[in-house]
Amino acid sequence: MPSITRTFTTTVRRGRPDGHFNETFEVPARESQTVLDVVSWIQQNIDPTLSYRFSCRVGMCGSCAMMVNGMPRWTCRTQVKKVLRNDRLEVAPLRNLPVIKDLAVDMDPFFEKWIEAEGFHHPSRSREDPIEPVSPENPGRVVADAGIECINCSVCYAACDTVTGNRDFLGPAALQRAWTLLNDVRDAARPSILEAVSRSGGCHNCHSIASCTASCPIGLDPMAAIAGLKRETALSCFRKSG
Amino acid sequence: MLDLRLYVLQRISALVMVPFVLVHLGVIIVSAQGGLSATEILSRTQGSAMWFLFYSGFVVAVSIHAAIGVRVIAHEWSGLRGGALLLLTWTTGACLLGLGGWAVLAVTLGPS
Ligand code: SF4
Ligand code: SF4
Ligand code: FES
Repeated sequence: MPSITRTFTTTVRRGRPDGHFNETFEVPARESQTVLDVVSWIQQNIDPTLSYRFSCRVGMCGSCAMMVNGMPRWTCRTQVKKVLRNDRLEVAPLRNLPVIKDLAVDMDPFFEKWIEAEGFHHPSRSREDPIEPVSPENPGRVVADAGIECINCSVCYAACDTVTGNRDFLGPAALQRAWTLLNDVRDAARPSILEAVSRSGGCHNCHSIASCTASCPIGLDPMAAIAGLKRETALSCFRKSG
Repeated sequence: MLDLRLYVLQRISALVMVPFVLVHLGVIIVSAQGGLSATEILSRTQGSAMWFLFYSGFVVAVSIHAAIGVRVIAHEWSGLRGGALLLLTWTTGACLLGLGGWAVLAVTLGPS
């Protein structure tokens, strides 16, 4: 007699930029099953055309982020039993980004905003110069270190309602990167960073609701970084006018 | 839709409003003890330079603060942007300034 396998219902939002539909699958429950396992099971056993993105499967690369029961999460690090509601699971593409197909979103707008926020290193020395020693106790370094582990997964960006309402808003991740660079003694572009985050899509649009901080899978605090940017830009404004 | 300049303006106007609101509420509570008629109120406000300056400042701070706030809400909730958003910001500020200023003048200048 075949053993009776317990199953649960998974709804997947599918489609292309011009429209989407929900498709429901019965998926067998497994011990220690992750949401990424569920999506992979559907693709390997029911519909090979289901599109989604992943790479490391261990919470290192940040490419597997999706909406799981309405919340943005790394699917490879989300256990089904922790998020299942009435034996149902809903998986959808990451919010606030254009869909390419099914669960794969276009990350370009997210990364373009990193550049817009000056979220890249501006060297203060050339390769001919000796390496500048930076003490881990340096106060700026301590602040920068608090946000440096970000792996650009866009979970916080998907969680932010301000991004939803204001498409120019640079968002939590890009602004947090700008904040780490502002505090990095090796970065030579303090004025450009302050200028970039002060424009009309900049840090001042953040409503400090902390969905970003609450959702970051590695416990970073982009809201605090943005508060730091608001403080620094306001102070620099008074310094300029004073 | 908030750049640094608008953000600072909104925070400063909020800061300015704190004492205004507290004094305003305090005055209402104290002066209304034992009942107060419209004539009594007007007899105190008419010709009072202090009263005029206090409430003129209040109206200016409110107009700036609310215009910027409405601008943010309108943009995030309706996607309004560009010239239309600018127009809404200025219209909101101007209306509040006009209405508030009119009220302040009406109770300070007295019967004409
Ligand atoms: S701050 Fe956290 S949630 Fe946001 S992109 Fe970085 S790692 Fe992901
Ligand atoms: S705190 Fe700011 S950046 Fe974070 S979710 Fe809220 S509005 Fe977005
Ligand atoms: S697959 Fe790399 S973080 Fe999930």
